[in-house]
Amino acid sequence: MTKITYREAVRAGLREALQRDLRVFLMGEDVGQYGGTYACSKGLLEEFGPERIRDTPLSESTFVGAGIGAALGGMRPIVEVMTVNFSLLALDQILNNAATLRHMSGGQFNVPLVVRMATGAGRQVAAQHSHSLEGWYAHIPGITVLTPATVTDARGMLLAALQEPDPVFIFEHAYLYSMEGELEENRPVVDISRAAVRRPGKDVSLITFGGSLWKALAAATQLAQEGIEAEVLDLRVLRPLDIGTILTSVRKTHRAVVIDEAWRTGSFAAEVAAQIMEGAFYDLDAPVARVCSEEVPIPYPKHLEEAALPQPDKIVKAVRTLLG
Amino acid sequence: MSAVRNREHGLELLRHMLRIRRFEERAAELYQLGKIHGFLHLYIGEEAVAAGSIPSFTNEDAIVATYREHGHALVRGTSMNQLMAELYGKAAGCARGRGGSMHFFDASRRFYGGLAIVAGGLPVAVGLALADKMHGRKRVTGCYFGDGAVAEGEFHESLNLAALWKLPVLFLCENNLYAMGTALARHQSQPDIAAKAKAYAMGADTVDGMDVLAVETATGRAVELVRNGNGPYFLEYRTYRFRAHSMYDAELYRTKDEVNEWKRRDPIATFEQTLRQARLLRDEDFQQIEAAIATEIEEAVAFAEAAPWEPIEDLNKDVCTDVRRTT
Ligand SMILES: Cc1ncc(C[n+]2csc(CCOP(=O)(O)OP(=O)(O)O)c2C)c(N)n1
Ligand SMILES: [Mg+2]
Repeated sequence: MTKITYREAVRAGLREALQRDLRVFLMGEDVGQYGGTYACSKGLLEEFGPERIRDTPLSESTFVGAGIGAALGGMRPIVEVMTVNFSLLALDQILNNAATLRHMSGGQFNVPLVVRMATGAGRQVAAQHSHSLEGWYAHIPGITVLTPATVTDARGMLLAALQEPDPVFIFEHAYLYSMEGELEENRPVVDISRAAVRRPGKDVSLITFGGSLWKALAAATQLAQEGIEAEVLDLRVLRPLDIGTILTSVRKTHRAVVIDEAWRTGSFAAEVAAQIMEGAFYDLDAPVARVCSEEVPIPYPKHLEEAALPQPDKIVKAVRTLLG
Repeated sequence: MSAVRNREHGLELLRHMLRIRRFEERAAELYQLGKIHGFLHLYIGEEAVAAGSIPSFTNEDAIVATYREHGHALVRGTSMNQLMAELYGKAAGCARGRGGSMHFFDASRRFYGGLAIVAGGLPVAVGLALADKMHGRKRVTGCYFGDGAVAEGEFHESLNLAALWKLPVLFLCENNLYAMGTALARHQSQPDIAAKAKAYAMGADTVDGMDVLAVETATGRAVELVRNGNGPYFLEYRTYRFRAHSMYDAELYRTKDEVNEWKRRDPIATFEQTLRQARLLRDEDFQQIEAAIATEIEEAVAFAEAAPWEPIEDLNKDVCTDVRRTT
């Protein structure tokens, strides 16, 4: 095992993908000469050249759409959208074309496209750069939605995504890019169908994904000092959701808190809660709780941003309430 | 050739540019000191554009700008205290501290942001102009954006609609030759931006954006054309940003020589020369202007330091209008 940053892990995944398959290319804003907004693609232009590391103009709808076309034409594009807020400009292409083509064409056309983007708050960049919209994407049938939270997943999910015949969206929490972790080198390609238990426990299930995983783990550490053993689940894949792993955990702990950095109303956390209710209602000792973001555009000042987001202490509080 | 009308005129333009430069130099220091956070996009090098163009608009006109808008807000007249407090994120800021550097707003000056989605301001400006036209008001909406915005669909859709409906909007492209790290020639098949505007059947000029007088003349003329009901107009200012795109940027995409070459055309230094040659600027004038700005800045910093934070209990305030508040 080696210690690397999340950003380096993404870069390692990109490099391996580009080395393995000549059909793979990367395109997006400032992925080349600038070195990548978050430096994920730094050095790749020099190594693979401008044919395969393509700087695009600011035109999200068109370069995502072009990714769809290139995928239809036999390439394996990796499209980078700088930030999830900007992906809204491409939502038409994503929903109306990428996600529907296979079904709408009666199964004749498939779109093996991988789109990566940064998501999430925590860097004081205010209301047009901080949102967590992966739950919206998880609403869309026809695509796979991945939320790598560890360095092993940051590399391995990208490689796994490239093996999929249909569109895969990877949401990288911007706060994680500088995080260091142990890379499991024997796992270049990881499974992208299952959730993972990141910390076993018996008293309550903390169910989360992406950047919030680390807050849930911090909360679990704090709870352990109070004698509460929390099991922490990292969903990893939002669509298709691995409900089996969730239900197994809830049947053991009988209590669940879902943590999601998106707004509470209509959040992915709401979907998880509903599925727990459908599948394990009689195993529950308490209603499923949610810790989500306040229903406000994310504000700039640190104290307000922190107040708007899920935090370990909010998770701890929710657990204490559940355990009554 | 545009000329300085008189001493007062010359000193005013110089003062505007210096205020922007010194404010931003201080902001960069404060960023290093951990007083300002997030993204901070400096306008240093481009001051002649805001200084020369913003005064062409009346108080009734509207301004829509981008995340690189410190200069526009300063010249428009929002107090430095409010702007500095906004950079700090304090409740006394021009957006109650919620926006920070990228999101200055000032309703009293019809300053509609501070919008940070590239090209996102253009459709909004078109709509403001539509409202004016439907009300029969002779107001103009000035819409600032960068060369990068020209690649977005919203740019093309906005120009087309504004021209089609003959709306009183003035499109103001601050072409600093780069969209983050992507040079103009690497993001535009036709790098002549004014030519694109002409293709949408509106008048368009290219202006030396390092020359505050040229900016002033061209903008004054364009604002009047738009005000007189001739439909939209387009100005492309050729300018250059001296600093990094934001505070983090290794500047791998351009050479130091290129930057230094442009610095020789520093809009403040060259205008200072112009004024001195015309004997309109004495050393003591310059010192006085600098001293007044330095005082204003230090007062603004003190104001921002002392200003309170917005209480956390107010986090949900103004998500919707109070009467309909549900959260
Ligand atoms: C739709 C969208 N895509 C990407 C970004 C990220 N981004 C912020 S500024 C910028 C460059 C814009 O360049 P330009 O329009 O020339 O303005 P400048 O920064 O040069 O003033 C980019 C890519 C964004 N804010 N919005
Ligand atoms: Mg630019």
